[in-house]
Amino acid sequence: MSDPKIEGYVFKPGFKGMAQDTGSDQTMFKGVHWGKAMMWIFLLSDTFIFSCFLISYMKGRGSTLVEWPNPSEVFALDAFGVPVPLLLIAIMTFVLITSSGTMALAVKYGYEKNRKMCGWLILATAIGGLTFVGMQAFEWSKLIHEGVRPWENPFGAKQFGSFFFMITGFHGTHVSIGVIFLFIYAYKTFAGHYDERKRGWFTTMKGDYVEIEILGLYWHFVDLVWVFIFAFFYLW
Amino acid sequence: MSEDFKDNKTIQAQSSETISGGGSGVSPDIDHVRPAEVEEQDLYHGHSFITKWIFCQDAKVIGVQYFLLATFTGIIGLILSWLMRLQLGFPGAASFMTAEHYYQFVTMHGMIMVVYFLTALFLGGFGNYLIPLMVGARDMVFPYLNMVSFWMFFIAVGVLLASFFVPGGPTGAGWTLYPPQTILEGTPGSGMGILLMCLSLILFVAGFTMGGLNYLITVLQARTRGMTLMRMPLTVWGIFTATVLAMLAFPALLVGALMMSLDKILGTSFFMPTILKAGEVLEYGGGSPILFQHLFWFFGHPEVYIVALPAFGIISDLISVHSRKNIFGYRMMVWAIVGIGGLSFFVWAHHMYVSGMNPWFGFFFATTTLIIAVPTAMKVYNWILTLWRGNIRMNTVMLWCLGFIVTFVNGGITGIFLGNVTVDVPLSDTYFVIAHFHMVMGIAPLMVIMGAVYHWFPLVAGRFLDEKLGKWHFWATFLGAYSIYFPMHYLGFIGVPRRYFEMYDSPYVASATGMNEFISLAAFLVGAAQFILIFNIIKTLKTGKPAGSNPWKACSLEWLTPTVPPEHGNWGDRLPVVHRWAYDYSVPGAKEDFITQTTPPSEVVNTGVEKT
Repeated sequence: MSDPKIEGYVFKPGFKGMAQDTGSDQTMFKGVHWGKAMMWIFLLSDTFIFSCFLISYMKGRGSTLVEWPNPSEVFALDAFGVPVPLLLIAIMTFVLITSSGTMALAVKYGYEKNRKMCGWLILATAIGGLTFVGMQAFEWSKLIHEGVRPWENPFGAKQFGSFFFMITGFHGTHVSIGVIFLFIYAYKTFAGHYDERKRGWFTTMKGDYVEIEILGLYWHFVDLVWVFIFAFFYLW
Repeated sequence: MSEDFKDNKTIQAQSSETISGGGSGVSPDIDHVRPAEVEEQDLYHGHSFITKWIFCQDAKVIGVQYFLLATFTGIIGLILSWLMRLQLGFPGAASFMTAEHYYQFVTMHGMIMVVYFLTALFLGGFGNYLIPLMVGARDMVFPYLNMVSFWMFFIAVGVLLASFFVPGGPTGAGWTLYPPQTILEGTPGSGMGILLMCLSLILFVAGFTMGGLNYLITVLQARTRGMTLMRMPLTVWGIFTATVLAMLAFPALLVGALMMSLDKILGTSFFMPTILKAGEVLEYGGGSPILFQHLFWFFGHPEVYIVALPAFGIISDLISVHSRKNIFGYRMMVWAIVGIGGLSFFVWAHHMYVSGMNPWFGFFFATTTLIIAVPTAMKVYNWILTLWRGNIRMNTVMLWCLGFIVTFVNGGITGIFLGNVTVDVPLSDTYFVIAHFHMVMGIAPLMVIMGAVYHWFPLVAGRFLDEKLGKWHFWATFLGAYSIYFPMHYLGFIGVPRRYFEMYDSPYVASATGMNEFISLAAFLVGAAQFILIFNIIKTLKTGKPAGSNPWKACSLEWLTPTVPPEHGNWGDRLPVVHRWAYDYSVPGAKEDFITQTTPPSEVVNTGVEKT
């Protein structure tokens, strides 16, 4: 990415440039939109939340006396009468990662002011997210049907149910919030709010295509967290 | 090599040019400051009572709202402490004071004072009011989010106070909320009380995150022309670093509170081991109570510095202004703040020495704890060296500053006792601990708040607070606080345990009865003395001496607004341009004993200003 043009400021490469930017006046991250910087810092904070969850999970799993259930059996799905381990999860992960791709394209078309393409791609991302949440609901109901509860688990340690429902639930909430915003942003894009720089309903700030990139950052983060949850719950 | 060399040469050439420009009179670009990078902020101006004063997006109004609500909550915490002291000094004096109520009051006092009073007041109150003014911004960068932040805090306080009125009352598990006893029957408020506490904390964290993002981005991305990070007043540095800590530490509290509520509502066993109750095994099993302690203290220790760092920053500014000297070792002060902030994430287990841990683990945390004393001591030396040979104004603000330094050193030294495992084990859970953290984290930050109120009231209200009442307020608080907490060290040494509802008839405790009565009487007086401030504010709001612009002759930007008190948008038509740091006091050769941050170099040629 090329540096933004700033009057009276000469960018330097590498660490020297970093030191110069830090020591300069007005902004530390030159040319970075306020909202974008905010989202990055929020995501750092959110990373700590998910880290706390996952570290607690490791501690809980490590110190329980009852055996932990085998993930390839618990999460198996019957396909044509044959139990296939991790089938549903593989599809879920594929859908979510794909939605990251459509999101990235939406950002690109947004900056090119291609309203239609941008809108359709945001909509595609939202539908991908919705599919993910739907499949997660299906997985939850399957486990609940088999007797797994937050407070008990017929397959082994009861902390399995507790941590599974809590962490995937917290992540699912993140995805759902993202989906809601994606639908809103899709509407706003199609309605041309970003082209006209229409003011936001609540914030009264002028709209800009950078908002799509900000939402995109959130969306990619949620996908990245899923990769960790996937690794810790389904592969460990 | 040649590249580097060239770069250095150009820098040298530039700086020597500026210096010679300063020496020989006016040169054309001596006052040059780069043009603005970002377009002017687009602000929403309220036009009705509701949008101007209630759901207001002006950071200054939000700051005052935070201040008032935090103070209100703090007064509730104060009243709870009175009730506790009444029971401790004069057992049985109040008939309604049962053991259950005592524990509930202890818990609510602790949580209110640490989170809902000190944190909200320093970051929400002073942060909102001062950051945009001090860095030369028109407002916080996301005013709407900022407003929501306050109202989340409002709801959080509401939920917290609602727990006084639910069946079973508020939780009585101690402010650390350790499981398993927190949610087991027999602990007061183990039903609705603890749930509301967890909910309130979650709301507080959510609301704080919104505010915190504002503070950070305003400091990083919305400074005015010429305002580099190393020209910011230390107040901003303190609040900024504390906010970084909060953004990284509150997640652990959020997760802990959420898991605790699930243990309570759904019967999960995150923190609950197998428990035998009256011969019956409970449903819980397999969880780890220590896990909660880790989560809680990973939040809890940085929390101490979330309160302390803004206090450090504010006190540096107050001392510098009122002793008419630049702060000694500005850069050292900045790095000390940042260093303390970083270290504070590696010391949390020193709160858990008696929970049982590997001795090497305790050794590690004792070492990191003691290392924190190094940057902290540097700060204390620098405050003293700032005062050294300064032109000290012995006004109320300065009294609070001096009171702070003494109290902070006192509390800090006992911290070194408690940071060592072998010394901590016998002292932990005695009154020594109470004395330590009330000195270092209760009274010391409170002194800073008081000093800051006397210092910035002329800016917020346009009038001075009454000096005479202020001095009464200070001496009553200072002497009173020492009468409360100094004897407590002794109580700790003779082994009086903390968190006991009553000491009954054990002989060594009986010897402390007189002292307990004395402490209680002092506590009543100190508490009552705080109402002098409220009276003072009410009195001077209308009839106080008008302050005018920049009454303390300070250098920093918040005093240089076109109107006092500043209006929405802070700066009128044009943003200020900054040419120097915030500490050019008593500069040799200058006409006055201060040079404001906006004074261009061409106006102060032939003076010995620091190059910043």
